[in-house]
Amino acid sequence: MTGTDGPALVLRDVAKSFGSVVALRAATLAVDAGSIHALVGENGAGKSTLVKIISGLHRRDGGEFLLEGRSVDFRSTAESKAAGIAVIYQEPTLFPDLSVTENIFMGRQPTGRWGRIDRRAMNTEAHALFEQLGVQIDPDRPAEGLSIADQQIIEIAKAISLQARVLIMDEPTAALSGNEVERLMTVARTLRDSGCAVVFISHRFDEVFELCDTITVMRDGSYVSTDPVDQVDVDDVVRRLVGREVGDLYPKQPSEIGDVVLEVKGLTSLGLFSDVDLTVRSGEIVGLAGLVGAGRSEVAQAIFGVDSYNAGTVHVDGRPVPARNPVKAMEMGIALVPEDRRRHGLVLEEDISRNITSATRRSLSHGGLIWSALERRSARQWASRLEVKASALDTLGGTLSGGNQQKVVLAKWLSTEPRVLIIDEPTRGIDVGTKSEVHRLLSTLAQEGLGILMISSELPEVLGMADRVVVLSEGHVTAELGRDEATPEAVMHAATSSQREHA
Amino acid sequence: MTRLASLLKQRETGILVAFLLFLAVTTAINPRFLFSSDGWRDLLLTPSILVLLAVGQAMVIITRSVDLSVGSIVALTAYLTGRLFLDTGLPIAVVVVLAVLAGMVLGLINGALVAFAKVPALVITLGTLYAYRGIMLQWAGSDRINASDIPDAWLTFGTSSLLGIPLLAVVSLLVLAGVAWFMHNARAGRELYAIGSDPDAAVLYGLKVKSRVLLAFAASGALAGLAGVLYVSRYGTISSGVGMGVELEAVGAAVIGGVAIFGGSGTVLGAAIGAYLLTTINRGLPILGIEDFWQRAVVGLLIIAAIVLDKLLADRQHRKLLAERNQ
Repeated sequence: MTGTDGPALVLRDVAKSFGSVVALRAATLAVDAGSIHALVGENGAGKSTLVKIISGLHRRDGGEFLLEGRSVDFRSTAESKAAGIAVIYQEPTLFPDLSVTENIFMGRQPTGRWGRIDRRAMNTEAHALFEQLGVQIDPDRPAEGLSIADQQIIEIAKAISLQARVLIMDEPTAALSGNEVERLMTVARTLRDSGCAVVFISHRFDEVFELCDTITVMRDGSYVSTDPVDQVDVDDVVRRLVGREVGDLYPKQPSEIGDVVLEVKGLTSLGLFSDVDLTVRSGEIVGLAGLVGAGRSEVAQAIFGVDSYNAGTVHVDGRPVPARNPVKAMEMGIALVPEDRRRHGLVLEEDISRNITSATRRSLSHGGLIWSALERRSARQWASRLEVKASALDTLGGTLSGGNQQKVVLAKWLSTEPRVLIIDEPTRGIDVGTKSEVHRLLSTLAQEGLGILMISSELPEVLGMADRVVVLSEGHVTAELGRDEATPEAVMHAATSSQREHA
Repeated sequence: MTRLASLLKQRETGILVAFLLFLAVTTAINPRFLFSSDGWRDLLLTPSILVLLAVGQAMVIITRSVDLSVGSIVALTAYLTGRLFLDTGLPIAVVVVLAVLAGMVLGLINGALVAFAKVPALVITLGTLYAYRGIMLQWAGSDRINASDIPDAWLTFGTSSLLGIPLLAVVSLLVLAGVAWFMHNARAGRELYAIGSDPDAAVLYGLKVKSRVLLAFAASGALAGLAGVLYVSRYGTISSGVGMGVELEAVGAAVIGGVAIFGGSGTVLGAAIGAYLLTTINRGLPILGIEDFWQRAVVGLLIIAAIVLDKLLADRQHRKLLAERNQ
């Protein structure tokens, strides 16, 4: 398998856009056979898009893509698979109703006479594969109910039986426990020693430095650097990862910081987050940073009472907020602007005024009926305060731009006169111009005495806006940084530090 | 034997036991229900056509779709059969083949709309249910095909037996055996299960999802075509109401027989046993002294019970698997 000269997989200056959004500008990656190559980058750096191009889910717009020296252009996952590429996703997709063996061989089962599937041969090979990998999984059991680690092992077994020469693992360890990570690393090394080119994508630098021999850094859809691991350290990598001027993109106005409005103590939800402490003062913007999957949104949902939690308390102005009761949380002064505003924040089929007043219907109703005139009056006031740009209040929510939709959702929650506003990814999917408008709005609201808890995956946004940054990693608070201490490096360090290290 | 297979086995065995139990009770009350030449013949003959439809329906449901148009395909192909006998002198074998092909084409239309237009099968086949019936009504006008229009040989086929088993039952059992073999042993058959189990995963696996969905609908259509031509052999007359509502019986039979409505699990054998159970209950309830009005309600209860049982079994298995994992 290693007979070829040069790298097994080469991508050079690969570009990809989705509409007007540029996902990849000039991505470059060269992986040798018999090597484990780390690919690191912030959320949104373009790693996943690159993987999808390699796996045939997307086609590149430009650049070179060579597999063992030959130029390739995959139009489907079947083609890339046939060429010897296998991808292990963070959450594998298996057929829950079918047996483990069938999952490994689906679509290419060994057949005998009249195309009859040779179940015995299939079983023998499945046993042999699991033995080779040194794992104990019953090949006859259904895939349903398998742990994510076991599902990944099945994907790897599939890759081996396909004799894949390039194996890509897209954040495989994010959902694994310590032992499972060890097992996966052992398997990855076995594959490397057998001549596979392995690409390992991870946010956990401890794993990267333990497992990989080469490391490529990506930022903003472009290639930054490639080095052997023994010639760089974590600090170098983090610097290259962030390497961006925060600048004055987000004009945060200083505001007077008052008393504690939101106090969260020891909030724990098994498997999602544990022992989270948070305080938000009036007039303060607290940034909640962390990687995707660190549990930020889950914490927000628990505070607001959408999801339940196992332990901990939430207080607003010193009064306890009951668990699992969003209506009560709202009455006590918590507002939550969710991440997916199109799905959870807005009724796309209703007009602006209906959307704005949907959280305050109770106070607007008389005798059980909602009066349109009252509704309009209330809506007009908020729409003009937030400068919602639409020709009329009866414009449908679904037809507004992302920025204006966000303002409508904000208006809806502000009309409940909250004490604390939790906002999840305030500018996701909003164009650059409107972004700063949303930021200015949040800043003004803080000046008026609102406490704001802002969840954001965009580091510059967090650093530019927040008075204080709380960093979550794998469901634990790993750092709390004041505005002056919050450098990109410090935040990234905390966000990628693994609890297991400390344990 | 694997645990999964044994679990599936249990399900089919359960339905079979229910069927035999019902048969025993009914026969105890009226021995003629089974122990008379007519009783025996009806027991095997009556479900034959529904078995074909239930087998086709099971293939479609396993891929997480549904085919509501089969009743209308039966009507259209039955009328086509009649017209071919009446207007052409084609040999019977050719007519049978043409009817099956016609059913397959109608099934392919369903399949193409589902696979390429990406509209849910429920909507597509609800549309073609009316469209195909409309074409049949337009074509037939006020004509009605009677037994005198059909070749005697074909009518005789519908009432003959081989070693005490009606020929129509032999045909449907042969089809059942063939499809069951295909679903269990052929790659394409297993892929139908895979698609129904997780359509997104099927795409990531690089399976030919569209052509497999087409295959399932084509098979369902072809089996409905076969049912249409056999209907002519069994009943002789073809009126505008042929096959009305039979699509729901086919869905019911499949569900009672353990084919999960969300796809991915169940077998055509189960669906066929479900068809036997459903038909026999319909025939037997009057003997048990249950009023006409209640018969449909009983069938409805049976379907609901089957779905609830499915859900309970699935939950139990899920819990069991999770418990094993946490050990």
